[in-house]
Amino acid sequence: MLELLEELFSYAFVVRAIVVGICVSLCASFLGLPLVLRRYSMIGDGLSHVGFGTLAIAVPLGLSPLKVSIPLVMLAAFLLLRIRESSKMQGDAAIAIISCSSLAIGVIIISLTVGMNTDVCNYMFGSILAIKQEEVYLCVVISVVILALFIFFYNKIFSVIFDENYAKASGTNIEFYNMLLALLTAVIIVIGMRIMGAMLISSLIIFPALTSMRLLKTFKSVVVCSAFLSVICFFTGIVISFAYNVPTGASIVAVNLISFLVFCLISFFKRKKELL
Amino acid sequence: MKILSCTQVCVKYESTLALKDCSFELDAGNFLGVFGENGSGKSTLLKSIAGLIKPNSGSIEFHGIKKNDIGYMAQQTRVQKDFPASVHEVVLSGTLCRHSRFYFYSKNDKKQADKNLELLGIEQLKRKSIQELSGGQRQRVLLARMLCAEAKLLLLDEPMTGLDAASSKQMCSILKDINSNGATIIMVSHDVEGTSGFCDRVLHLGVSNARTT
Repeated sequence: MLELLEELFSYAFVVRAIVVGICVSLCASFLGLPLVLRRYSMIGDGLSHVGFGTLAIAVPLGLSPLKVSIPLVMLAAFLLLRIRESSKMQGDAAIAIISCSSLAIGVIIISLTVGMNTDVCNYMFGSILAIKQEEVYLCVVISVVILALFIFFYNKIFSVIFDENYAKASGTNIEFYNMLLALLTAVIIVIGMRIMGAMLISSLIIFPALTSMRLLKTFKSVVVCSAFLSVICFFTGIVISFAYNVPTGASIVAVNLISFLVFCLISFFKRKKELL
Repeated sequence: MKILSCTQVCVKYESTLALKDCSFELDAGNFLGVFGENGSGKSTLLKSIAGLIKPNSGSIEFHGIKKNDIGYMAQQTRVQKDFPASVHEVVLSGTLCRHSRFYFYSKNDKKQADKNLELLGIEQLKRKSIQELSGGQRQRVLLARMLCAEAKLLLLDEPMTGLDAASSKQMCSILKDINSNGATIIMVSHDVEGTSGFCDRVLHLGVSNARTT
């Protein structure tokens, strides 16, 4: 085990992936709780597909994937939220349409340009090799900004997601916080997508919050627990990915799933014990 | 002192008229009961005053009341079953609308939360999760949050829904206390006999028009 870790850390690309991954998992777990509680989980999923589409545009053009994807996915987040609020079309239907379409467009562009190759597989399901040196700084800076924003607005976010109508009636600008959450989610999805893969990144957002909510019943405890869970699952997943040579995203999701099931089991027995 | 005047407020949902030509005025310290049949637009009126829906015509004007002086309690506030939040977190969040730029709780805020928990007799629930509470306890928690917000105008939509006779009576007397401490209350209810005794003014909404007594 120790040897494995030693070997793991001797590769610069692995260290890069771990640094970025830990930042992303922390942010994702913080953003995930509001998204799950507001029933916005699907937005994360939709945005990740849009992210795939934008990657497909950026790569053949030789542009930096991050710099193209971040603004485009943020724009998509903005539009998704607007559609949800105003249109007569149902929000989830709108998300489904946008996510399928961008996936389809992405696949078409890729097969016409670079062709379907292992790179595409990496975009879809994640790769430990994806993060380049110059991207590490950008990722870390963005993550720190997101963390700072989350901490600063923590109480306000709580009051908005707990009772939107009350917050609105007493003068809180609901739209601002919804938009903030959606935009930050967009950013974190684009960053995390490289490691986790477009198909699997939304799990990083949803799983830790859902898992913690099995056992914990106060907001703060759920936030703290999901942050820890997220980082632990990420790290375990990346070690497994390295040791068994499976796609990083998939092994992280698998670890998350196991922790979710364990929490479910504990909560089941806890409830049973209370009944006795 | 007049604090609220509604003139000929009309609200339409799609094509159906939910509220038609509702006009009334309210003075500071009033306890207004809004009664009427289902579909007469009671909740719609309250939501319009709360600013959650925009009336299609007519005006709602506040005098000396700012947006953060308003506290709104929806009909069965949809506290999701799985929402993780402690009573303390919820009540404390009421103080937030008094903050303008800095959203962290001060010692004073915490003191105020404790005080209001005590006032409503739920200080023993402080560390409990909102998921574990009964309907009556939950309503009190939401009231305590409003008190923390120092709301001057309380808009309550059927606050007695789901409460048994004893706790709804208790709720009424709590509201009466809050009212006598200076807050203005507008309460929507379908239970005229049970609650009109507590109100000092009454608004009856018919399916087509409104009149105050």
